[in-house]
Amino acid sequence: MYSLYRSVSTQKRTCPLLSVQPIRGLVDEKFKFVVTNLPPNQKVTLHSLHQSDDKDFWEAFGHYVSDEHGSVTGFKDESLGGTFEGTEPMGLLWSMRPTSGSRHGIRLRKRDTFRPMEVCISVYSGHISQGFSQQTPLATSVSERWYIAPGVKRVNIREKNLRGTLFLPPGSGPYPAVLDLWGGGGGLVEYRSAILASHGFASMALEYLGPEDLRLEDTDASYFERAYQILNNHPMVKKDNLAVLGLSIGSVITLNMVSYSKVIKPKCCVCISGSHLVPVNKSLFELFEQLKNHADKLRVNEDNQVIYRNLHLAISCESGKVDVGRIKCPLLLVNGDDDQTFPAVESAEDMAMMMEKAGNRHLLEILTYPGAGHLIEPPYSPHFRATKYKLQETNETIVMLWGGQTKPHAYAQEDAWKKILAFLWQHLSAP
Amino acid sequence: MLAPIRTVSTERGTCPLLTVQPNRAQVDEKFQIVIMNLLPNQKVTLHSLHQSEDKDFWEAFGHYISDENGTVTVAKDESLGGTYEGTEQMGLLWSMRPVPGSRPGLRLRKMNILTPIVIHISVYNGHLSQDFSQQTPLASSVTERWYVAPGVQRVNIRENGVRGTLFLPPGPGPYPGVLDLWGGGGGLVEYRSGLLASHGFASMALEYLAPEELRTADVDVSYFEKAYQILQNHPKVHRDRMAMLGLSFGSAVTLSMAAYSKVIKPQCCVCISGSHVFPVDKSLFEVFEEMKKYMGRIYMNKENQVIHRDIILPIPSDPALKVDVGRIKCPLLLVNAGDDQNWASVESAEDVSHMEMMMEKAGNRHLLTVLTYPDAGHLIEPPYSPHFRASNFILQEIKEKIVMLWGGQTKPHAYAQEDSWEKILTFLRQHLYFSSNFAVKAKL
Repeated sequence: MYSLYRSVSTQKRTCPLLSVQPIRGLVDEKFKFVVTNLPPNQKVTLHSLHQSDDKDFWEAFGHYVSDEHGSVTGFKDESLGGTFEGTEPMGLLWSMRPTSGSRHGIRLRKRDTFRPMEVCISVYSGHISQGFSQQTPLATSVSERWYIAPGVKRVNIREKNLRGTLFLPPGSGPYPAVLDLWGGGGGLVEYRSAILASHGFASMALEYLGPEDLRLEDTDASYFERAYQILNNHPMVKKDNLAVLGLSIGSVITLNMVSYSKVIKPKCCVCISGSHLVPVNKSLFELFEQLKNHADKLRVNEDNQVIYRNLHLAISCESGKVDVGRIKCPLLLVNGDDDQTFPAVESAEDMAMMMEKAGNRHLLEILTYPGAGHLIEPPYSPHFRATKYKLQETNETIVMLWGGQTKPHAYAQEDAWKKILAFLWQHLSAP
Repeated sequence: MLAPIRTVSTERGTCPLLTVQPNRAQVDEKFQIVIMNLLPNQKVTLHSLHQSEDKDFWEAFGHYISDENGTVTVAKDESLGGTYEGTEQMGLLWSMRPVPGSRPGLRLRKMNILTPIVIHISVYNGHLSQDFSQQTPLASSVTERWYVAPGVQRVNIRENGVRGTLFLPPGPGPYPGVLDLWGGGGGLVEYRSGLLASHGFASMALEYLAPEELRTADVDVSYFEKAYQILQNHPKVHRDRMAMLGLSFGSAVTLSMAAYSKVIKPQCCVCISGSHVFPVDKSLFEVFEEMKKYMGRIYMNKENQVIHRDIILPIPSDPALKVDVGRIKCPLLLVNAGDDQNWASVESAEDVSHMEMMMEKAGNRHLLTVLTYPDAGHLIEPPYSPHFRASNFILQEIKEKIVMLWGGQTKPHAYAQEDSWEKILTFLRQHLYFSSNFAVKAKL
């Protein structure tokens, strides 16, 4: 169909075509990009650009060489350099970092889950590593990455001083449900619940640190039990078909609740980057007071980044551990072995021993990811080795070292998410 | 990504799982529908529901039986009945029709294309054919279908009396330009241009029939030439990579311009369901006056639907009454429907190729490609949109509301839309993106 002439044009513009499929996808879906109609063996740079809800710019890029047909195929070809290397179809997303000149220590998080993340993907001539905004790309495509599937509904939960957001899958339900707990960064973080709802779970993101009308003194076991009951009693939730999912301090809370609470009895739990070394017997206020007392155990590396992980070991010496031998439901632990914030791997090993003694070891599944850090989030989001963080204990803003190396961390996020979803479906869908 | 769970349960509540992938797609993209976790050999109905911008409800449904694993895979399994039958991956879209009790003569068209078409897809127990709203589905999903890709820019064109909307692909350009002409229904119809922009073409939907805004006496060859030039001169449009695409009366305009205009010299043209009879070489007012003379050839069938096709039959032998297609110097793709009840486009195409003597003499017979789709009707639109055998229409020549018979049978019409769209895009890409006429040629 095409003439046998190859356009060896001395001008740069040969009208290359860039296609990204799917152009609108969920954040945990893979995409494929293909560039065609380039001259053969041409050096090109694939570049991604995103402006966050906080107005910062994030970018990634890979250096490719077109084949003899003038094509570059993202899922087959190797990036020879850039922010990612090798055959990495999703590298343009997970290797993103703030553009030069950005504020330090920032983290990329979606605030408005009802608007997609827009990623501008461009092809540039040659192998370039900076100054992208000063060049004219050969072709551009804009990809939308959505946290919500069509039909997902968002419900504000405001009861007394309890704050959360419930995301409901499309349809009439009832649905299995997830109580979704983030960590010490606090606030109401919705995006993981949004994507869980897109996978068929009624998921409630709970705010427990931060709202002005909620004092730490009042945030005790009863707060979480109330949240659990609100979710369990919701008309669109399949009663007693619940899971609790936590990250970081959210995992600490999860382990405490599922070991001790008479009210919180989920079908299963997922604890990401957690630890059983911090029993939470009273309110969070007491917990943070206790942590404050051990603040001298915090270390700082040569880049002035705080390494938090020793705090838990110190606390545990004082107050013991969560008695995980009491847990009656399947438990999935997801850890990175370069976690600098919690001693998650050591804690998991100790939990296994405790549960062996108690006879419930068969409930425990541990996933440990080499080279991954503390913040194991839904896939393809960038890796943050260290970011600005406000320590609850001291009210100070520091730079927290989360740990991990970018490529293994990206792999951990992708693999862990698949396994988390499968785990939830396995334990929640049976009638 | 989701674990395949087998739940062999004797109770009905087995939590069936319905997936539609992708659930945000472009309107011309296929989706994969899979139902899992049913009982083995369970009768189910797959149902689609959409509320149009006009607030009418449209639906389609297929009757399936799950396999021994309790799974239905629409791309592989057969629908045993409903609004479509057989293995039809996209049947839930193209076989849609107004729900019972709707106003008659409806046509489904999206006017605001910056928002998606939202479709509710549900699975019901048993083989149902009506009263879906009274039943509770086993599972449901919502899917979005978009006419525009992210980053496509919409630009209002109001210049020099010309009215249109330009859609630009994302990025710096320049892009090949397509002048996009609809037919005698008039108005400013944007969705095909939005879709073309999503495929990398700067496409301008042109309004040329708008009783409130444009007098037909003012719309003549120069109107179309001005429109073409506005597009061609746009900074993001590649002036040497232009095309014209027309449907129905828009095809007549396209053929006329391509043959006669000294200004409009596209690299290629596409004419859907058109004809070269009634050249548009004067104002539209005069063209319609000419056509009015032949109104006697239009008649109604027993359902009171107007059959318009004979207005150009028999194809006149007098060349003055037809566009001299021998003068067309660019590749020309004709897309015609075998059951077109509106224009005798097939006969026109035959006449065109019987003029191959003239085209042969002119050395351009090879420029012509004719696609004819048996049992398709007049309105060959982008794929997966429903088929309208007849719908309400205002006949320009006499300014009357009638029901126009477009023709076609649903399944072959759906096939025609899918196949022709792919071929139209390939044709446009071939001549506007990949043609070696533009680049410096060098033998390797």
